[in-house]
Amino acid sequence: MLFIIGPLIGMLLDTPVSDIFDAGKEKDVQNSIGLTLGASFLGTIFFAIAAIPFAYLLARKEFKLKRLISGIIDIPVVIPHSAAGIALLGVVSRDSILGQVAGSMGFSLVGHPIGIAMAMAFVSLPYLINAARNGFEAVPVRLEKAALNLGASSFKMFFSISLPLAWRNILSGLIMMFARGMSEFGAVIIIAYHPMTTPVMIFERFGAFGLKYAQPVALIFIAISLLVFILLRWISEKNSHA
Amino acid sequence: MLELKNINISFGQFSISNVNMKLEKGDYFVLLGPSGAGKSIILELIAGILRIDSGDIYLSDKNITREKIQNRSVGLVFQDFAIFPHLNVEQNIAYPLKVKRWPKEKIRNRVEQLAKQMDIFHLLSRKTISLSGGEKQRVALARTLALSPDLLLLDEPLASLDIQLKKELRSQLRKLHKLGQTIIHVTHDFEEALLLADKVAIFNQGQIIQQGIKNEVFAQPQSEFIAHFIGVKNYFEVSSIGSSNIEVAEKLNFVCKDQRFGHQKPKALMIHSGDILLSKTNIGITRADNTFIGVITDIYPAYRGFELMIDIGLPLVVNISQKQLMQLDVKEGDKLECFIAPENIQKISDPKQY
Repeated sequence: MLFIIGPLIGMLLDTPVSDIFDAGKEKDVQNSIGLTLGASFLGTIFFAIAAIPFAYLLARKEFKLKRLISGIIDIPVVIPHSAAGIALLGVVSRDSILGQVAGSMGFSLVGHPIGIAMAMAFVSLPYLINAARNGFEAVPVRLEKAALNLGASSFKMFFSISLPLAWRNILSGLIMMFARGMSEFGAVIIIAYHPMTTPVMIFERFGAFGLKYAQPVALIFIAISLLVFILLRWISEKNSHA
Repeated sequence: MLELKNINISFGQFSISNVNMKLEKGDYFVLLGPSGAGKSIILELIAGILRIDSGDIYLSDKNITREKIQNRSVGLVFQDFAIFPHLNVEQNIAYPLKVKRWPKEKIRNRVEQLAKQMDIFHLLSRKTISLSGGEKQRVALARTLALSPDLLLLDEPLASLDIQLKKELRSQLRKLHKLGQTIIHVTHDFEEALLLADKVAIFNQGQIIQQGIKNEVFAQPQSEFIAHFIGVKNYFEVSSIGSSNIEVAEKLNFVCKDQRFGHQKPKALMIHSGDILLSKTNIGITRADNTFIGVITDIYPAYRGFELMIDIGLPLVVNISQKQLMQLDVKEGDKLECFIAPENIQKISDPKQY
């Protein structure tokens, strides 16, 4: 516990309050925090639309290569995130199909908030898929059978029974994915140095100007991360008791 | 109404084989068998939750073998009720009506009508987590009946209820039956079949081993397994038939009332455990027909009074009251005389000989 909070308290005590306020007023810092939260949020929502039904399939259906697919899902968690960024770069660069589609629409995924959101989602998606899968597995199959017997279509059954009953796990997974995504550095810096997400900005200020200049931004971002995390957890708890 | 023709389904080691069943509209059909016999699978096959490997299912003269679950008009009440925990009682009952997009006003009227019918009107706004087993069962029944299914399937509906709740729910089921609801009720408890069914099928190891009108099946169990399952403790296969007696196990001779069998020769004899007279005083003196000397091998309390296991060359189970036991003043190892009146010996005919 001390190992976790010690460095954070040390950094807080080492940083003058005026520096924190000054950093907070900087437009670059504000834009960077907005970009980080926004990209992570949009990436989480966008990929959740496909990830949640996919997690349901993993929980309920038996198919060939299921174990292999389950293993592949966890790869982004275990590989170095800079390597994950390099791998993703191959998919979003101008030469790739996805890059060409984006190019035809007038923008490049590399160096674009959408590319950043993809990098964040790439490394954090396993948290959502695994949590949702656990949630769906905990829903008794009998309840789904009962819904079908009562006339519900498979689609209706999923939205009226499976999803609400697994919602607590799914919400927890969404929070984890969002939180993990916004703190991502390794994969994001490969896809986009600019516009700068806050973890990249902290790194850049540390490299260019040193510890004292990086500390206020780091503190602001940690505070916002904690605030968002606590808020989402509170919503999740409230939801589960409702 | 419902007909199952040569139903087969296999689950690796276990299989349901060659099941044939026929129900008429308004029947109360009890599928009776031990746990693990595959009774619930039959219900899931009829409901369409499981798909059969071969055979046909007809409901109201329509082949529903490949019909989707949603279109079968078959309501299934699961053994553990399968109440949706995130919905309250009212929402649970309204679920199938909402799925069918009934107008709100019509849904409310139907839910209230069902809730009154099942005596759960006062529970409508309650969360289901706080309900007792009996209340959950009524909610599950009301929910299943909401769309007035042609056929109601009940999977061990009384299994988890206490005696008083069982009595109440049995009464509800009788009322439903009187209203003309066709019901298939799965149970391992022969008393439920006795009290509710008009037709029964005895099910074991994935097969129906006897079926028919309840009274006929219970009067003529076609195997020792069935006899034991319906509460008959003394069932003896006939080994040979003489001119004036019937021999069982090649050592005991019984004289029955009406010894002329014609073509319907009995395959077994059945004696109810309460129909045997015991005496300690006459041992060695009288030797009337159907009188056997035996040694008590066990005495144990029973549902009514006590049961004595007496070895007369075959294990004979005798049911007596506590008062009778005290009067007899016997213990394990004592000798007793057992007398069975000829009119209390039931002959079981082999239907193949008909």
